[in-house]
Amino acid sequence: MLLPNVIGFLMFLLLPVLATFAISFSDWNLSDSFAFNGMDNYKALFKDPVFLQVLRNTLYFTVASVPIGIVISLLMAVFLNQKLGFIRFYRAAFFIPVISSMVAVSVIWQWIYNPEYGLLNYALSWFGIDGPAWLTDPHWAMPTVIITSIWKSLGFNMLIFLAGLQSISDSYYEAADIEGANWFSKFWRITLPLLSPTTFFVTVMSIINSFQVFDTVYLMTQGGPARSTSVLVYYIFQNAFQYFKMGYASAMAYVLFFIVLIITFIQFWRQKKVSIY
Amino acid sequence: MKTKVWLKPTAHILLVLGSTIMLFPFIWAICTSLKNMNEVFTYPPRFFGEQLKFSNYTNMTDRFPIVQFFLNTLKITVIVVVFQLITSSMAGYVFARLKFRFRDGLFGLYLATLMVPAQVTMIPTFILMKYYGLLDSHWSLILPALVSAFGTFLLRQFFSTIPEALEEAAKIDGCTPFGIYWRIFVPLSKPALVTLGIFIMLGTWNDFVNPLVYINSMSKMTLTLGLANMQGLYSTDWPQLMAATIITVLPILIVFLSAQDVFVRGVTLSGLKEG
Repeated sequence: MLLPNVIGFLMFLLLPVLATFAISFSDWNLSDSFAFNGMDNYKALFKDPVFLQVLRNTLYFTVASVPIGIVISLLMAVFLNQKLGFIRFYRAAFFIPVISSMVAVSVIWQWIYNPEYGLLNYALSWFGIDGPAWLTDPHWAMPTVIITSIWKSLGFNMLIFLAGLQSISDSYYEAADIEGANWFSKFWRITLPLLSPTTFFVTVMSIINSFQVFDTVYLMTQGGPARSTSVLVYYIFQNAFQYFKMGYASAMAYVLFFIVLIITFIQFWRQKKVSIY
Repeated sequence: MKTKVWLKPTAHILLVLGSTIMLFPFIWAICTSLKNMNEVFTYPPRFFGEQLKFSNYTNMTDRFPIVQFFLNTLKITVIVVVFQLITSSMAGYVFARLKFRFRDGLFGLYLATLMVPAQVTMIPTFILMKYYGLLDSHWSLILPALVSAFGTFLLRQFFSTIPEALEEAAKIDGCTPFGIYWRIFVPLSKPALVTLGIFIMLGTWNDFVNPLVYINSMSKMTLTLGLANMQGLYSTDWPQLMAATIITVLPILIVFLSAQDVFVRGVTLSGLKEG
């Protein structure tokens, strides 16, 4: 009963993880000759200006998309938790982007972002704003990709926050009401502190996901213009499946693995500390 | 709990605004899909053209073999969901209940791979597929997805919560471990299996990077890859593109709207995954 699972696990998970590690110390390019080259790939990585740029871009993407996404989804969850009507409608509305494929989402948004005929620049023109070329403008391409990503994952984070909010006991708020606390101070002094494990969890998850962003970039900008939206996984993809530099791509995959590992360990370590809630 | 008078209306206004921002792109896509080429490029943009052009949907198959893409995606998704549920639940049962040497060590390995990003296993898997001549075939999408460390972990945790007393009687009657798994554990864990199934389904249906890496022939493409490919070929035919986009989203949307609660549980599982 265990055997099929173990075979699949070994072949497609455990062995590949080890194989990538081995390949990362070679200059293999899918040809017949396979030679180890020690730490060369890793040394080359940190001298490769493109790699450093994709790291910066990935960081830019993460630092911008995670906090904004979290603040908006938290606010929406707090509003949704006010025991209003239509919860199912709102939840469905926020969730439709989550269940749609990134391909569908990116086709739709590219049409809205279209500089000449797109709806966004038309809407901006009402306010006398001459909208930028969004995805083809080197300064605007990354913010545009970030906006789309936030839009797509908002409903997901909102639901996790909602689950966290629903687990906070009403008695805290009742006590605060007796003391005459206003809405804002209840939010600041009760909701936020008691929600902090959820917030922390959503933050870690969003950071890990941001470091792995690929579909959005591949579909909307192909990493351009002028590599302004090239991110880590996009560069791994290019090296592995376009340039066939398997060794170099494997080394990069391990750098990504290492980053994810650090973030995961920070989470484990924090989880132990905050378990009092 | 006393609520301020202004709070509920404010919440409603902001949520309606938020929902509009979430839904409007889809509505706009539907409007665009019903126009003809010239009407798309009018300024200022209008919601509807002179007449609704449903031919963007009906003529689609000429350029975009959507039926083929749909069947490919359906085939792959069904196989992956069914087999991943089988392998995960069987192994989950073994890890939860049967005792054997190295069990905890092996399960520890499964846990360790949970935090490995997919990009780390991609290159050797690609090479393996190339070596066995499985590139550009559905096998390359199906085989690696038949087993999941996450699914195994999840069901193992779920099975551990089932009280042992339930199996005692079956054991006394001489029921085999497989019998116990099939007659007691599977029926008892239907909700967990459905939730995991939805989660696997969504991931497989919407997967883009794997088809992108493995599939080249038009006849073998999935909906996501086919749509991306079509966009590359007809990048300015927005009405046709939007019609194709709407059709690719529709099946998942129908399943979602008909079982919202199960679906939400399934999707939020990936929260557990990263945790």
